[in-house]
Amino acid sequence: MSDFPFLSVLTVAPLVGAVVVAFLPRSRPTLAKQVAFGWSLLVLALSVVMWVTFQVDGDRFQFRESYPWIPNWGVNFTFAADGIALVMLMLIAVLVPLVILASWHDAESSKRSVPVYFALLLVLECTMIGVFAAADVFLFYVFFEVMLVPMYFLIGSYGGNQRQYAAVKFFLYSLVGGLFMLAAVIGLWVVGGKNFDWVALSEVDISTGAERWLFLGFFVAFAIKAPFFPFHTWLPDAGGAAPAGAAALLVGVLDKVGTFGILRYCLPLFPDAAKWFAPWALALAVIGIIYAALLAVGQNDLKRLVSYTSIAHFGFIGVGIFAFTTQAGTGAVLYMVNHGLATGLLFLVVGMLIARRGSALVSDFGGAGKLVPLLAGVLFFAGLASLALPGTAPFVSEFLVLIGTFTVNKPVAVIATLGIVLAAAYVLWMVQRTTQGTLNPALTEIDGMKRDLTLREKVVVAPLIALIVLLGFYPKPVTDVINPAIQATMQDVDRTDPAPSVDTVQEASR
Amino acid sequence: MTELELPPIDYAAIAPILIMLGAAVLGVLVEAFVPRRLRHPVQLPLALLAVLAALTMVVVNADKRVITIGVVAVDGPTLFLQGAILALSAVALLLLGERAVERGGAFVAQAAVTADSPEDRRQAENAGGAGEVYPLSTFAIGGMLIFVSANDLLTMFIALEVFSLPLYLLCALARRRRLLSQEAAMKYFLLGAYASAFFLFGLALIYGFTAGLGDRAAGVDFATVNAAVANSTASPVLLFAGVALVAIGLLFKAAAAPFHVWTPDVYQGAPTPLTGFMAACTKVAAFGALLRVFHVAFEGARWDFTPVLGAVAVLTMLVGALFAVTQTDIKRLLAYSSIANAGYLLVGVLSPGSGGLSGTMFYLVAYGFTVLAAFAVVTLVRDADGEATHLSRWAGLGRRSPVYAAVFTFVLLAFAGIPMTSGFTSKFAVFGPALEGGQVWLVIAGVLTSMVLAFPYLRVVVLMWLSEPGDSTPTVAVPGGLTSAALVIGVLATLVLGVAPEPLLSLASSAADFVR
Repeated sequence: MSDFPFLSVLTVAPLVGAVVVAFLPRSRPTLAKQVAFGWSLLVLALSVVMWVTFQVDGDRFQFRESYPWIPNWGVNFTFAADGIALVMLMLIAVLVPLVILASWHDAESSKRSVPVYFALLLVLECTMIGVFAAADVFLFYVFFEVMLVPMYFLIGSYGGNQRQYAAVKFFLYSLVGGLFMLAAVIGLWVVGGKNFDWVALSEVDISTGAERWLFLGFFVAFAIKAPFFPFHTWLPDAGGAAPAGAAALLVGVLDKVGTFGILRYCLPLFPDAAKWFAPWALALAVIGIIYAALLAVGQNDLKRLVSYTSIAHFGFIGVGIFAFTTQAGTGAVLYMVNHGLATGLLFLVVGMLIARRGSALVSDFGGAGKLVPLLAGVLFFAGLASLALPGTAPFVSEFLVLIGTFTVNKPVAVIATLGIVLAAAYVLWMVQRTTQGTLNPALTEIDGMKRDLTLREKVVVAPLIALIVLLGFYPKPVTDVINPAIQATMQDVDRTDPAPSVDTVQEASR
Repeated sequence: MTELELPPIDYAAIAPILIMLGAAVLGVLVEAFVPRRLRHPVQLPLALLAVLAALTMVVVNADKRVITIGVVAVDGPTLFLQGAILALSAVALLLLGERAVERGGAFVAQAAVTADSPEDRRQAENAGGAGEVYPLSTFAIGGMLIFVSANDLLTMFIALEVFSLPLYLLCALARRRRLLSQEAAMKYFLLGAYASAFFLFGLALIYGFTAGLGDRAAGVDFATVNAAVANSTASPVLLFAGVALVAIGLLFKAAAAPFHVWTPDVYQGAPTPLTGFMAACTKVAAFGALLRVFHVAFEGARWDFTPVLGAVAVLTMLVGALFAVTQTDIKRLLAYSSIANAGYLLVGVLSPGSGGLSGTMFYLVAYGFTVLAAFAVVTLVRDADGEATHLSRWAGLGRRSPVYAAVFTFVLLAFAGIPMTSGFTSKFAVFGPALEGGQVWLVIAGVLTSMVLAFPYLRVVVLMWLSEPGDSTPTVAVPGGLTSAALVIGVLATLVLGVAPEPLLSLASSAADFVR
C-alpha cells in the first residue's frame, strides 16, 4: 500500500471534484453541496489511510513521487511528506468537509452561483494539499501562488461588507510576498546548479551574502503569509470580510503555509542565515504576540477579533520555530494543528452567531446565551481552547513552545507568557459581552436567534470539540509524527538542545 | 563594362519572405480586378494561405543555417522568430478579417471620406471594410520576416520601412472614432519617421567606424561591424554614437521608454484587431532585430552598452507599470502593460549567452498569444457606438457575460504572472538567465514593477466580477467564428505554455544560436 501515490492523488482529487461540482446545474444547489461534501469525505478517507501507512520511525520523507515536468529547468512534479506536512495534510482533510457542512447556506445569501462557491472550496483544498505535499521548490511556488486565486474569489464574491477592498488587499499583499519569493526561488535555482529538488538543494553550499538575501526573499513571503507583525494588516480585513467557512480555512490552514514554509524552506536550506536572522524574527514574533493581543482586546467586530487573536498565536508559532529547540519546534508544529482546530472552530461558531444575528458587531449581541445556550456554550469552549486552557489541545503546544524557549532564551519566553494573560482578557471579555449578562432586547426580536444549534451545526462542531479535547489529553499520536521531522530540521540548522543541568537542580534542593 | 555577377541565392531559405511578399502583390491585384463584394472572401483566405505556406517553409527549413545573398541570415533565431511572427499573424489575421461582430468589420470602407460627415456615417453603417487591409498586412508581415533575418544594417533599415509603412496606414483605417484613429496614425508616422532617421544616421556612423578596419572594406554587414568593434582604428565615438542611434530606432519599435510615448495613443486609436497585431507581431520583430544587433554585430561592445540598455530597461518597466495604474481606458492600460513587458524583454536581451536569447524568444511567443487574446476580448465588449473601452463600462461584466469575463480574467492573471499561465513561465525564462548572468538589479526591478503592475490588472478583475453591473455596462457581442477561433487559440496557448512549456522551451534553446 505504501507504493500507492497518495500525495498526487490527494492533490488532484479535489480538483476533479471541483470541476464536477462547477458543472452541476445552478438550479440544483443541494446536489452541488452534497457532491462537494461527499468528495471532501473521500479525500478525508484517503488521508486517514495515508496517516495509517506513514511509518513513524521510517525515513524523514515518505510517499515520495517524482515525474518530470519541465526538464529544461530541472522542474519535476515531486511530492513527499515529512511528519510536519503529514499533520498539516490531515488538518486540511479534516477541516474542509466541516467547512463545507458549515457553509451549507452561506453562498445563498449572495447573489452568486452556489455550485461555484463549493467548487472554489474544493479548488482551494487542491492547492492547499499541493503546497504542503510539494518537495520541489518550483512546484511549491506554483501552488503557493495559485492558492491566492480561489481565495480571492471566495472573499471577493461571497464575502461581507468591504469584500472588494479585503479581497484586493489580500491578493496584493500575498502577491508582493510571492514575487519576493520568486526572485529568491530563481536565485536559489542559479546557485543550486539549475535544480529545484528540495533534497539536492538542502545540500548546496551557498555563500554567506547570497544565503542571507535568499533567506530574506523566502522569509518576507512567509512572514506576509503567516502573517507576522508588521505584515499582518491584511488578515483582519480578509478574515473580517470572508465568509465564515472561508475565513476558517484562511486562518486555519492557509496562513500555516507561512510558518510551514519557514520550517521547511528557510531553516534547512539557509541554516546559517536563519541563525543570523533569528533574533530579528524572534523580536517580530514577540511584538506580534503582544501587539495583536492588545488590538484584539479592542475589537468590536467578532471576525476581526478572531483574526487578531490568530496573529498573536502566529507569534507563538514564530517563537517556537526560531527558538531552535526540539521542544519548541514540536510545540510550534503542534500549535499549527491545534490552532487550526481551535480557531477553525471559533470562526465557524462565530459565523453561526453572525448568520443568526445578521451582524458581526460584539455590541449587537449581549446575553445571547439565554436564547441559544448550546451555541453560547460552544463559543465559550472554543474561546477557552483559543486561550489555551489546560485540558484543551492548544495548551499542550503553547506550553511546549514556552518551555522549549525558556531553556535557551528566557526574556522571550517571559514576554511571550504575558501574551497568555492578554489572551484570557480578549477571549473572556468577548464571551462575556456576547453571550453573558443581561439580554439585549433587540436580540429577542430576531427569529434566527431563537434557533439553537441545528443538527447540521452539531455535526460540524462535535468532531472539532472531540479532537481538541482528545489532543489536549493525549497528544502523543501527533507529537510522535512531528518529533522526528523537527529533530531532522534542527539538525539541518545544526542546533542541539541544551543538556539539562543537573547541578542547578541539586543546588536548588540543598 | 564589366559583367555583374549575381550572388548565389538560396531560394528555399528566403521562401517564407518571398511567399509573403508575393501574396501581398497578388492581394493588390485582387483589389484591382476582383469585384468589390468578392474581395473580402478572396483576400482573407489568400492571406491566411500565404501565412500557412510560409510557416510550412519555415518548418521545412528548420535545420538550415546559412547566410544567403550576404544579407539574409537564416539560422535558429531567424527561423524561430519567423515562425513566431507567422503563427501570431495567422491569429491576428483572423481578428482582422472578422466581419460578424461589427457590420463590415473593424475597418473603414473609404478612409478618404471626411470623418463624421453624413457620408461617413452612411458608410459606417453599411459599407464593407476596405480590402486593402489584407495586402497591407501581408506586406507588413513580409517586412517583419526580413527584419528578423537581416544580417546587414541596410537590409534591416529597408525591412523596417517595409513593415512600418503599412502599419502607419492601417492605423488610420478604424471604422469608429475615426479622428482618434487618424490622429494615432499621424503620431505614429511622424515619430516613426524620426526613429527611422535616427536609425539611418546611426547606420552611417557605424559605416564610418568600420572604415577604420585595415584589412577589409568598410560595410554594415554584421560580420564586418563585429570585426570593427574589435579592431577598428576609427574613433570609438563613432561606434558609441552609432550604437546609440541604431538602438533608438529599434527601441522605438519595441516601445521602450523613453521612446514609448506613441504607444498608448496608437494602441488606443488604431482599430483593435490591428492593435493586437502590432502588440504581438511588431514586438517579436523589434526584439528579434534587437537580439541580432546586440548579440551579433555589437557583441564586442557588450560592456559598454549593457549599463545604458539596463537603465532603459528599468525605466521602461517603471514607466509601463506606474502609468498603467492611472489608466481608465482598457486599450491604454494594455498599451502601458505592453511597455512594461518590453522592459522585461530587454532584461532577456541583456542576458549574455544562449539562455537569455532562448528565454526572450519564448517570452515573445507567450506574450504574443496572450495579448492577442486580450485584444480579441476588447473587440467584443461593445455598445451601440462600437467598442466600450472605458474601464467604468466594464463594471459588472462578469455578471452579464461570465464566459468572456472569465477568459479576460485568465488573460489578466497571465499578465500578472500567476503560475499555470504562460505569463509566469515566460517571466521565469527571462529572469533566470538574467540572474545567472549577474544582472541582479534588473531582476529586482522586474520583480518590483511586477508588483506594481498587478494592481491595475487586479482592478479590472475587481471591476468585472465584484462590481454590480450598471445601466451602461455594455453587452458582449456574439463573436463570429474567426474571433472565436483567435480567442480560443490565444487562451489555449497561454494555458499550455504555462502548464507544459517544455516543448517550446526546448525548441527555443535548440534554436538559440546565431550564424555569424
